[in-house]
Amino acid sequence: MQAVFPLTFAALLFSAGVYGVLSRRNAVLVLMSVELMLAAVTVNLVAFHGLVTTDVGDPLLSGQAFALFVMAVGAAEVGVGLAIVLLLYRNRATVNVDDADLMKY
Amino acid sequence: MDVDQATQIDLFALAPELAVLGASLLVLLIELFLHGPRKRFVNPIAVLGVLVAFGFVVALWLDGAQRSSFGQMFVVDDYALAFKGFFLAVALFVLLISYRYFSEIRTFQGEYYFLMLAAFLGMMLMPSARDLVMLFIALELVSVPGFIMAGLRKFDLRSNEGAMKFFLFGVLSAAVLLFGLSIVYGFTGTTTLEGVAASLSAGEANPLLLAATLFVIAGFGFKVSAVPFHFWAPDTYEGAPIPVTAFLAVASKAAGFAGLLQVTFVAFEPLADVWAPVLGVVAILTMTLGNLTALTQTNMVRLLAYSSVAHAGYVLVPFAVVQPGDAALNADAFSAVLVYLFAYGAMNIGAFAVVIAVARRHPGRRVSDYAGLGQRSPGLAVALTTFLVSLGGIPPLVGFVAKLAVFFVAVEAGTTLGIVLAAAVAINTVISLVYYLRVARVVWMEEAPEPEPEPVQPGLALGFTVGGLAVVTVALFVLAPLLWGAADQAVLIASG
Repeated sequence: MQAVFPLTFAALLFSAGVYGVLSRRNAVLVLMSVELMLAAVTVNLVAFHGLVTTDVGDPLLSGQAFALFVMAVGAAEVGVGLAIVLLLYRNRATVNVDDADLMKY
Repeated sequence: MDVDQATQIDLFALAPELAVLGASLLVLLIELFLHGPRKRFVNPIAVLGVLVAFGFVVALWLDGAQRSSFGQMFVVDDYALAFKGFFLAVALFVLLISYRYFSEIRTFQGEYYFLMLAAFLGMMLMPSARDLVMLFIALELVSVPGFIMAGLRKFDLRSNEGAMKFFLFGVLSAAVLLFGLSIVYGFTGTTTLEGVAASLSAGEANPLLLAATLFVIAGFGFKVSAVPFHFWAPDTYEGAPIPVTAFLAVASKAAGFAGLLQVTFVAFEPLADVWAPVLGVVAILTMTLGNLTALTQTNMVRLLAYSSVAHAGYVLVPFAVVQPGDAALNADAFSAVLVYLFAYGAMNIGAFAVVIAVARRHPGRRVSDYAGLGQRSPGLAVALTTFLVSLGGIPPLVGFVAKLAVFFVAVEAGTTLGIVLAAAVAINTVISLVYYLRVARVVWMEEAPEPEPEPVQPGLALGFTVGGLAVVTVALFVLAPLLWGAADQAVLIASG
């Protein structure tokens, strides 16, 4: 398999995620963009696993195991994140991250 | 390493972690059956769990043998034990300063102690982790409970906002760190730290690999609140409940440094030519920006927050002098980081303990609230002055030993960067004294406002913490050789 396709795809996905985090003002969309970045990592790990196995061998399947951990931890993080966004929405009736400006400098 | 090895478990090596895990679950369970003010009794259970875990750490240390579990992914050696002992001591003091604070606001006590112990479980895994996957899990186990604890005052808008900022920065940096780790795995074909080091020293440096190392370092830079990843720190510290702030400023930061030590001194040591100068620039920016911003603060918690950013800068100095292959210099740099972290832990938790005691009377936490503390509560005032002067790095206190360690290792390196760093440390120490001594002046020289506020009563647990840590701050200066010796014992650098 040509590893260059999934790796390029992962890099593009990651860049899209970074762009989303920087440009979106809605907290839910920022969370979604972070998920894109994590998905890019998963794609990367699985693609690299294919490369590494043919190259030097990887008896513990560490790349694929790592990908599973990334997914599990990503899900936990989003759970906590949505709870925090919900809390913010209840108290201020907005999920715009720019409105959270009580504290500065 | 094959699959059989990777599934072998040494329960004795895991005993401290299992004790903390058991205590955290027990706390969550028992809280269900307690009602009203009796919910505060979960605190002693958590303390007991921490003490049992500490007993296991001592037993492992007396045992002396290097143990490992899950193949070489989880290793118990002198380095890991030193950090575990430190984290458990920090956990004990954080639990003590939480007791009255949380029993008075009476919200989510079971959840709070559960999350706190879970975070400390992650911290104890961190120095034992010798695998990138394990390191990542440990880091997230410290971060995620932190997000929740920062937002624990659910109806306080500042707490919401602090948690939000902490969370967004946290997940973003975790994603960047992971992307770096995935590339490192792709280039080296392994996730063990030693394997990565061996592979890196064999092959030539690839630009993408260098970028990946910087990604990984940036991920840890968030955790230790180094400039330019520090924006969350002051806001989160101000919004979070104060015991959680103490936890974030000391324990969580030390865990970040533990991970950074393993990644830089073991795995990425062959690439030190690239990342060491970068960390040098980051160190100078961090300490200067932290200290200059702290000068203008009128809120005591924000002042300590920026001071903790500045201290992260001092701790980064030894990282910047690392040279690939120079084992003697790297070992000195490593032990300087340990000395600084241990000293910083003692004095900073002490300072936050005094802030908690005073904030009970003055919820505004303004520096001006401390006026006349010298007459109202001389004991607390003496302790606070001790901690602040120690943070400033004046002898005869442990902060001086820490600053000296960092300064000497920068000079020892002898490079231009080393000299610049040593000068930066010296200049910044002077700047930081301005705001530490300003608080001390308010405490001792200014009159308390009329009508005279009541004296601050710290209570038993808080009083013990403040007194004990004040003694430690002085005693560790006298016993500095002991501190040095312990740090030298615990050095962990790339073999070969």
